[in-house]
Amino acid sequence: MEAFEYAAPNSVKEAVGLLSSNWGEADVLAGGTDLLSLLKEGVHTPKRVVSLKNVSGLKGVSASRIGATATIAELLGSSSVPAAVRQAAEGITSPQMRAMGTVGGELLQRPRCWYFRNGYGLLGKDAKGKSLAPNGENQYHAIIGNKGPAYFVSASSLAPALIALEATVTVTGPDGEDEMPLEKLFQTPSSDSQRENTLQPNQVLTGINLPGGGARSATYEVRQRQLMDWPLASASVALKMSGDTVESARVVLGHVAPTPWRSSDAESALAGKAVSEDTAMAAAKAALSAATPLSRNKHKVQLARVAVKRAILRAAG
Amino acid sequence: MEGLKETQPPNGFSRRSFIQGVSVGSGAAGALLATPEAEAAGGDVVGPGAVSMTLRINGRNHSLEAEPRVTLLDALRDRLDMTGAKKVCDRATCGACTVMVDGQAVYACTMLAIEAEGREIRTIESLSANDPVPRNFVKHDAQQCGFCTPGFVMACQAFLENNPNPSQADVEAGLSGNICRCGTYVGVRLAALDAAKEVKGGRRRGY
Repeated sequence: MEAFEYAAPNSVKEAVGLLSSNWGEADVLAGGTDLLSLLKEGVHTPKRVVSLKNVSGLKGVSASRIGATATIAELLGSSSVPAAVRQAAEGITSPQMRAMGTVGGELLQRPRCWYFRNGYGLLGKDAKGKSLAPNGENQYHAIIGNKGPAYFVSASSLAPALIALEATVTVTGPDGEDEMPLEKLFQTPSSDSQRENTLQPNQVLTGINLPGGGARSATYEVRQRQLMDWPLASASVALKMSGDTVESARVVLGHVAPTPWRSSDAESALAGKAVSEDTAMAAAKAALSAATPLSRNKHKVQLARVAVKRAILRAAG
Repeated sequence: MEGLKETQPPNGFSRRSFIQGVSVGSGAAGALLATPEAEAAGGDVVGPGAVSMTLRINGRNHSLEAEPRVTLLDALRDRLDMTGAKKVCDRATCGACTVMVDGQAVYACTMLAIEAEGREIRTIESLSANDPVPRNFVKHDAQQCGFCTPGFVMACQAFLENNPNPSQADVEAGLSGNICRCGTYVGVRLAALDAAKEVKGGRRRGY
């Protein structure tokens, strides 16, 4: 790990002032569960690390707001957390990681792509600028939204659930606070100068707002290992019901694309229908109709279908 | 080389010379009383060189000098001669470095020492062989090579203090953040279930 300066300011404003307007010069530290690995591997080599541990306003979990530095364990300890979020949080690795890791850090963790983690950059290119994933070890890479140059998958398990529930996020930068739909926090980078999220280098994610609204929600993850691993594919669903009929649905897939992937095809397939095995399967097929798997990840298409179908059935209860 | 100097314990003891039957917390490292050095107060930028910090470990304050990049695990092992927590993967995936911070099990390899300032750190050095968890690990032969054992014991201690009446399934989920390459999971499970009967009520040991 390269040496770095460290500061633990007491306010978000101070934290923003300690960050840089250029990526790579300073990193925000919350739980550290992702950042410390990045630092140890030399993927990140910041000159300064700005800890949020003394910023008290970023903590806490209520029915309408989740603080960015609330831990996953604190999130699970709250009785007001919607089912889809709880089920996604329960799948997050181990008790130690849930005690350390924060909700904001979970949303902003860097992709798990092994080309990125081994120093080939976010877009995973060799010295000649050729993308490594399309003809390489791409079994865990994207099956949707993967026309390039990004082939990694979004690593967050909470984001699909929170997006299904129409969550917004607040971010603070030099120009003050901004609120936006969580969906807008994520982007597919089109060049090396972009990241997988839309934060500016000197903005801090401060919290997540949940609008409520009584949707029935669920998350289903398909996994190789039950614990200590990321899902191979996941789906989060929020259904607004009118009796037995789905009035409107939000269907968001995780770990299949460079961003959390909202499927309007699956949402329209459910609207106006009663939930059954058949309608759930039809929506699942619709969700993956645009899939373009890479050379070694065709299996993920079926796994993602299963995730969507089971999330819908689970939400309908 | 500054880097090499950094790995020397600040008190002049080498780890090998520090073979004592007593808890390390009451040894030489513990005798260095906390000095009210300026901590990284709000907003002040410190480092990248060594910074004075005070860690509260097993009920005692320990002062040390370490760069901000030093992990809690390296501070415990290399600066304070508390070598109970083990360094194996160093990437938050094996559990051998597990200690308790503010009553919860955490991976010491993945927390900066400077981040642990102001928190209650508890290591395996706070337990004696007669405490319920270690005693039941011995009773059920819940170790083979033993290298994962201190981490497993601390994960188990934290789990039982927070979950006093666990089922077998609870134990399996609660200790899922630790890996044993020898495969002693059956013994660990039995040890945890038996220890639970004695730790019941979430009794917190008074160091």
